Amino acid sequence: MKTQELEDISAEVRRQLLLMHATSNESHIASSLSIVEILVTLYFEIMNVDPTNPQNPERDRFILSKGHAASALYAVLAERGYFDKSVLNSFAQDGAKISVHPERNSVPGVEASTGSLGHGLAIATGIAFSAKKDEKKFKTFVLMSDGECEEGSVWEAAIFASRFKLDNLVAIVDKNKWQAYDRTDTIQNLRLLQSKWESFGWNCKEINGHDFDELCSTLSDLPFEFGKPSVLIADTIKGKGIPEMEDKMEWHYKSPKMPDIEKYMEFLR
Amino acid sequence: MRKAFVKKLTELVSNDEKIYLLTGDLGFSVFDDFRQTFPNNFINMGLSEASMIGAAAGMAMEGRRVFVYSIIPFVTFRVLEQIRNDICLQNLPVKIIGVGEGLTYGTSGPTHHAIEDIGIMSSLPNMVVLSPGDPIEVEKLVEESVSLNSPCYIRLGKSSEAVVNLPDSEIRIGVGNIVKCGEDLAIITTGNMLSTCFNVSKSLESEGINAMVVSLHTIKPLDEQLLNALAQKVKHVFVVEEHISSCGLGSRIAYYYANRNSNVNMKCIGLPDSFISTYGKQEFLRMKYGLDEDSLKREILRCIGRA
Repeated sequence: MKTQELEDISAEVRRQLLLMHATSNESHIASSLSIVEILVTLYFEIMNVDPTNPQNPERDRFILSKGHAASALYAVLAERGYFDKSVLNSFAQDGAKISVHPERNSVPGVEASTGSLGHGLAIATGIAFSAKKDEKKFKTFVLMSDGECEEGSVWEAAIFASRFKLDNLVAIVDKNKWQAYDRTDTIQNLRLLQSKWESFGWNCKEINGHDFDELCSTLSDLPFEFGKPSVLIADTIKGKGIPEMEDKMEWHYKSPKMPDIEKYMEFLR
Repeated sequence: MRKAFVKKLTELVSNDEKIYLLTGDLGFSVFDDFRQTFPNNFINMGLSEASMIGAAAGMAMEGRRVFVYSIIPFVTFRVLEQIRNDICLQNLPVKIIGVGEGLTYGTSGPTHHAIEDIGIMSSLPNMVVLSPGDPIEVEKLVEESVSLNSPCYIRLGKSSEAVVNLPDSEIRIGVGNIVKCGEDLAIITTGNMLSTCFNVSKSLESEGINAMVVSLHTIKPLDEQLLNALAQKVKHVFVVEEHISSCGLGSRIAYYYANRNSNVNMKCIGLPDSFISTYGKQEFLRMKYGLDEDSLKREILRCIGRA
């Protein structure tokens, strides 16, 4: 796919996100906006998936460990054809199937129930380990937040992945540099994240998480190193795409208001 | 009970290579043969209980039948959210095996006691909770648990539990095991108090009292049919457990009867709502808390007006 096409898809996903969060009045739109290019790259360029056969045993697996950004996953899944885009209108409405955090098999394409940070990587290691044992070729991708790397369970799982040489496992860290109540660097001083992963036996690369050329070229050459799990630190901007929301902590909580939607949409043409 | 578990698991793995045993660095002398014979089905996860549960969930998603093993507090309380979200919410058939029920690890102190786990594990939707009463129940319940399509918690003692059941006793998940018949009163127990309760019922015979003994190894789901029958047939129901009564089997049965307006005369005998900070062996602590044979007999006689 041409970069322009991927950018068009991303713009459409962001338009959907604005509508989903405006109608539901739910938080975390900025967390969703920062991972749009990552998800679009995975679902349209990298992963071996078939929306008409979402349970295909050979499919690549994807786990959204930063479950609070489920709206972005739903919007991308709908765009990819897993289900009708009209389902997005029900986001977080009373009685809806899709809401703030994803639930396994609630709609086609959602592989795991997440929402509490630090769970997704461990689940992914269990899947990737099984794939090795079964001599299956599929890969397992897991998308985490940078703040999530403060959870001890992440590093437990990192040890396991490197011990069993899970080079069919790819972790992506959405480094948008904010967590719920402050800068990621300020709270636990998670600087030198790359060397932390490397010291746990992973091969780590860091790229611009909004640049399709970088995302596609890096993720099309997996594993980064045979015999090691891969981790991609994707440098992103929280709230990417809507200048008013970019790099602002309050947009972890606020939701766009309907009267402002037209104004925001202008940035997505 | 541990040996019975390993014996049965060894048998099961021989016929099903999808069965896995994950341990949190425990099992010295217990799993030695198992890990030598089935190195591909055994993983020592190290001291990483949280990721052990997550990895078990991922393996179950890919069709594996995973048993995770540790001492009860480490494989329940420490990883409660992983059990809740990764296993129960996703309704995956992972078996959680905890050893050291009740005051098995008496001298190790409150960090190692397991006197709240029934309440905590039973509170989780989709979870089946099993507390076998002797090694025979362990073998039969573990075997049946493999085919369960839901999460399952199995709490075990350690090594000294007496055999009460006959080898051919019929033991099935969800069905209370009537170990001894009797019509004057019923003693319902779970887990490692079975042999003690059985001996108490024998001792009551000398007082002319014929007590039924039920091993209610399946704490969740409760055997409602049996509880209904008991409410109609016997005048007194005693629920005996080496666990805090207010969050254990006793409270679950009381809740059941209360909701049915059952006019049953019921008494919970277990541990108080407190940490046990007195150190001592299991036998000593049982005596201190009234869970030895003599104390139980006295308490039962007092409750039925025969003291």
